[in-house]
Amino acid sequence: MSNWSEVVALEEIPQLGSRVVKTDTMNIAVFRTASDEIFAMKDECPHKKGPLSQGIVHGTSVTCPLHNWRIDLTSGEALGPDEGCTNVFPVKVENGMVFIDLKVVQTA
Amino acid sequence: MKDKLVLVGNGMAGMRALEELFKHNTTDDKGSDQYDVTVIGAEPHPNYNRIMLSPVLAGEQIIDDIILNSREWYEENNIELITGDAAVEISRVKKSVITESGKEFPYDRLLIATGSNPFIIPIPGADKEGVLGFRDIHDVDVMVQAAKDHKKAVVIGGGLLGLEAANGLMKQGMDVTVVHLLDSLMERQLDKPASSLLKSSLEERGMTFLMETSTAEILGDKRVTSVKFADGSEIDADLVVMAVGIRPNLELAKKAGIHCERGIVVNDTMQTFDPVIYSVGECVQHRNECYGLVAPLFEQAKVAANHLAHVGSTRYIGSMTSTKLKVTGIDLFSAGEFNEQEGDEVLQIQDVASGVYKKLVLKDNVIKGAVMFGDTMDGTWYFSLMRDATNIADFRKTILFGQHDLGDAGHGESTMVMSLPDDAEICGCNGVTKGDIVQAISKNGIFTLDEVRAHTKASSSCGSCTGLVESILASTVGEGYDATPSKKAVCKCTDHCHDDVINAIKEHELKTMPAVREFLEWKTPDGCAACRPALNYYLMAHWPEDYKDDLQSRFINERAHGNIQKDGTYSVVPRMFGGLVKPDELRAIADVCDKFDVPEMKVTGGQRIDMFGIKKEDLPAMWKDLSDAGFVSGHAYGKAMRTVKTCAGKTWCRFGTQNSTGLGVKLEELTWGSYMQHKYKLAVSGCPRNCAEATIKDFGVVCVDSGYELHIGGNGGIKVRVTDLLCKVETEEEVIEYCAAFTQKYREEAHYLERTAPWVERVGLTYIKDCIVDDEKERLALAERFKISQKISQVDPWKARAEGQDAHEFTQLKIAG
Ligand SMILES: Cc1cc2nc3c(=O)[nH]c(=O)nc-3n(C[C@H](O)[C@H](O)[C@H](O)COP(=O)(O)OP(=O)(O)OC[C@H]3O[C@@H](n4cnc5c(N)ncnc54)[C@H](O)[C@@H]3O)c2cc1C
Ligand code: SF4
Ligand code: SF4
Ligand code: FES
Repeated sequence: MSNWSEVVALEEIPQLGSRVVKTDTMNIAVFRTASDEIFAMKDECPHKKGPLSQGIVHGTSVTCPLHNWRIDLTSGEALGPDEGCTNVFPVKVENGMVFIDLKVVQTA
Repeated sequence: MKDKLVLVGNGMAGMRALEELFKHNTTDDKGSDQYDVTVIGAEPHPNYNRIMLSPVLAGEQIIDDIILNSREWYEENNIELITGDAAVEISRVKKSVITESGKEFPYDRLLIATGSNPFIIPIPGADKEGVLGFRDIHDVDVMVQAAKDHKKAVVIGGGLLGLEAANGLMKQGMDVTVVHLLDSLMERQLDKPASSLLKSSLEERGMTFLMETSTAEILGDKRVTSVKFADGSEIDADLVVMAVGIRPNLELAKKAGIHCERGIVVNDTMQTFDPVIYSVGECVQHRNECYGLVAPLFEQAKVAANHLAHVGSTRYIGSMTSTKLKVTGIDLFSAGEFNEQEGDEVLQIQDVASGVYKKLVLKDNVIKGAVMFGDTMDGTWYFSLMRDATNIADFRKTILFGQHDLGDAGHGESTMVMSLPDDAEICGCNGVTKGDIVQAISKNGIFTLDEVRAHTKASSSCGSCTGLVESILASTVGEGYDATPSKKAVCKCTDHCHDDVINAIKEHELKTMPAVREFLEWKTPDGCAACRPALNYYLMAHWPEDYKDDLQSRFINERAHGNIQKDGTYSVVPRMFGGLVKPDELRAIADVCDKFDVPEMKVTGGQRIDMFGIKKEDLPAMWKDLSDAGFVSGHAYGKAMRTVKTCAGKTWCRFGTQNSTGLGVKLEELTWGSYMQHKYKLAVSGCPRNCAEATIKDFGVVCVDSGYELHIGGNGGIKVRVTDLLCKVETEEEVIEYCAAFTQKYREEAHYLERTAPWVERVGLTYIKDCIVDDEKERLALAERFKISQKISQVDPWKARAEGQDAHEFTQLKIAG
C-alpha cells in the first residue's frame, strides 16, 4: 500500500533546482528538471553524504556540491566511474502538486 | 533498426573514435545507440597501446599491462569483433567489406583506420629471416625470441623509433649497432647540439653508432648473417630492425577507388571522397599532413565521432605536436620549429658538464620551437606557451631557468613529480596520491586529464594540482599524453574553448544561455555543473544590463550567499570596508552571535569577522539584523571581489607616506559586489614595507612618497605568485581609474575560474600594459564599462534576501513520517 503525501506545489520548486523536505527520519531532496520532471531522493551523496539538494541540476542528473560526483536522478546511482547509490523515492504530480510515497520512505 | 558501422583497423585511432562515439549516447545503452558496430582487425589481439611496445621490448612492462580494451569490453559494448582476419576488399557498390577468410560485412558507414606499415628499404636480402620492422606485438615477440638465441643486432634508422628499438634490444642483452644515413640522430626532432648530447649518452650505455652510413645489402642464407654498406664494409648481424619511417597503409582504400595521395585524403570532418567512408589515424592525409603521433590522431578520432553521431560540426584543423623519447633515464623534449630561420631569435643554455641543453626559438617574442636535453621539466610549460602564442617579453631573461623561476614558488613542485614517492599526496582536496593516479592511468589506459579526473577525482575540485597531475600523466604515458590538444574544451558538453565562447557572446551578441548553447552547438540541452556557471558569468560580464543572472547556474555558495561547510551549515562574513570597524558595529555582531547561537567566530586574513556554523534557515533573519546595523555581504563565498586589505598608513604609522586606509575604503567602495571569474583581492600598503602584503594580491597598491605603485596578478594560496608592477601614478583618482580598468579587463577576458595570476602569465604583462597604461582611450572605456556593471551589481544580496527574495532557497518543507 502506498502512502502518498502532498509536499509542495510544482511551481514552488525552481526549474533545474530543488527543495528540501524534512521528514522524521531524514532530509529528502525533491528535484525539478528543465522539462518539469520531478524526482525525489535522500539528500545524501553516496560519497561523503554531501547535500545533493544544493547541487547543480542538469539533464536528469545532479552534481554534488562537495566533490562533484554526478548522481543520476532516476536511479540514485553515481554516474561515470564513481560507484555508489542513494535511495530514490516514488513521486507523482497531480493538479500541480507534488506527492511523495511515504511508505517507501519509512521502509528505506 | 540501427545503421551498421564497420571499423577496419583495430588500433589506437579507430578504437578511440568508437569510444568517443559511445560518449554521445543519449540512452543508457552500452556501445552505440545509433549503430551496430563491427570491428575488423588484422592482428590477433584486442586493441592495445602501441606506444608502450617500447617499454615492453625493454622488459619494463608486459603485454597485459598495455591492453587498452579487453575482449570483455568489446562484448559489453555489443561490438562484433573479428581478430586475425584482415579486410581485403571494400565493395562500395554493395557497401560491404570482405575479409581474408571470405566473410562479408555490410556497412552503412565505414571507418578506415588501418594505421601504417614500417618502411622496409628495398635492398637485396630485405626479405631474409631476422629482418623486420618495429610496429606490433608480433615484431616484439620476434625480437625478444631472437635476443634469446642470438647476440648481434643492427638497427637501421636513428630516429625516435629506431633508438627505442635499439635501447630495448640492448636491455634484452644484445649488442646493438645503430646505422644512420645522416650525421645526426633524430634530426627531425633535434638540433645538432642536442643530438650529439643524446648520442654520447647512448654511447655511454653501450650503444654503437655508424653515422652517415647507407645500407646496401643484407647477407645470409635463409637468415641474416651480416649487413653490407655502400662503402663496401660489412658487420655481423643476427637481427636487423628497419626503422627508417612509416608509410600510411592505404592499399585497401586505394583498391576501392578512394582518392589517396601519400595517405587516404580526408576533409576537415575526416570523410574521404566517399562521404559514407571516414578515415582516421596514421593512414590519413589531412590538409597535406600525415601524422605519426597519437595526440593528433585522437583529435581526429573525436571529430570523426562527433560527425558519426550527428552532433555538432567540429572540424579538425591540424595539430601541433611535441615529442619525447621513451628511453628510461634519458630526458629529451622537442616541439615545433626548433631550427631557427632568418629573423628568428634563439635563447639557449648549454651546460656540458651536467649534460643539460635547452634551446628556444622565438619570433617576435613568441615561442616557435623548443629542444631540451637532460632537463625537460619545463617542456610542457614551453609547449603551452607556444600553443597559446604567449608573448614572453616580460620573462625572457629567466624563461630558460624554468617556470619555478618566475617568482612562483608553487610550480617548482610539479617539476619534481617524477621523483615523488608513490604515497605522496597530489590532490589535497580529494586525498589522491601519486600511486593512485599512476595506477589509474595504467589500469584504465588513460590519456587525458579529463579521464584522470573522472577516475581518481584528482584535480577535479579546486584544480590547483592540475599541473602536477599533468606532469604525472606525461611521465607515465610518455607522448601518448594528450594534454596538448590545440585548444581545451570548456567541458564535455562542447568542443569549444573558453575563448570561442567569449568571442561568440561578444561578436554575435548572444544574450541568453540557450542562445549560446544553440549557436555553439552544445551537446547537452542544459549544460552541466562545469559550463553553466561559466556561461552565466560570461553573459553577466558582457551584458550586465540585459542578462538576468540565473540562480540555478550558480554554485550553492553563490546561490545561498554563504560558504557551505562540510556539515552542510554556512558561514557568514560581513563586509568591513578597508578593514575599518566601529564599536557599534562590533556590538551588533556580538548581539547577532548571541541571538543565533553562533558556535565559533574568527578574524579572517582579509581583516573581517567570520561567523561559522549557521543553519541555512537562519541566514535571512541573521542577515536582516546585520543589514539593520549597516553591514552588507562580504562576498566571502563567491567568485567575486572579496576584500581590500590595508595597513595603518600615514594617519598612525610613522613610516606612512599616504592615507592607505582611506584609499582602501575608496577602492572597496568602488569594487564591492562585482562578480568575477574567480576570487579577487586587493590591498593597499602605506609604504614599501608593505604590511598589507599588497604584492600577492590581484590588484595591490604600494604607496610611496611621490604617489602610488600599482601591482597586478599576485596570488597567495597554494601557488604563491608575486605581482608584476603595472605602473606608477600620482593621484588617488588615477589609482581608482586604473583599478576599475584593470578589473574590467580581467572580468571581460580571463577564462572562468582563472585567477589573475595565470591570466597575466598567459596573456603577458606587455599586453595588459599596452591597453591599461599606454592606451588612455581604452582605459577610460574599460573603467566606464566597469561602472555600468557596478551600477547593477552593487546591490546587497543579504538585504534583498532578508526582505524575502528567493525565500524558497532558505525554507525547508516538512512532512510527518
Ligand atoms: C614502438 C612504437 C612506439 C611509439 N611511440 C610513440 C610515442 O611515444 N608517442 C606517440 O605519440 N606515438 C608513438 N608511436 C606511434 C603510435 O603508436 C601511432 O601513431 C598510433 O598507434 C597510430 O594509430 P592508428 O590507429 O593510426 O594505427 P595502429 O595503431 O597501427 O592501428 C592500425 C591497425 O589496423 C590494422 N590493420 C591494418 N590493415 C588492416 C586491414 N586491411 N584489415 C584489418 N586490420 C588492418 C593493423 O593491424 C593495426 O592493428 C609509436 C609507435 C610504435 C610502433
Ligand atoms: S588542487 Fe584542489 S583539488 Fe587538488 S588538492 Fe588542491 S585543493 Fe584540491
Ligand atoms: S606598510 Fe608602511 S605605512 Fe603601512 S603600516 Fe607598514 S610601515 Fe606603516
Ligand atoms: S559528498 Fe558528494 S561528491 Fe563527495
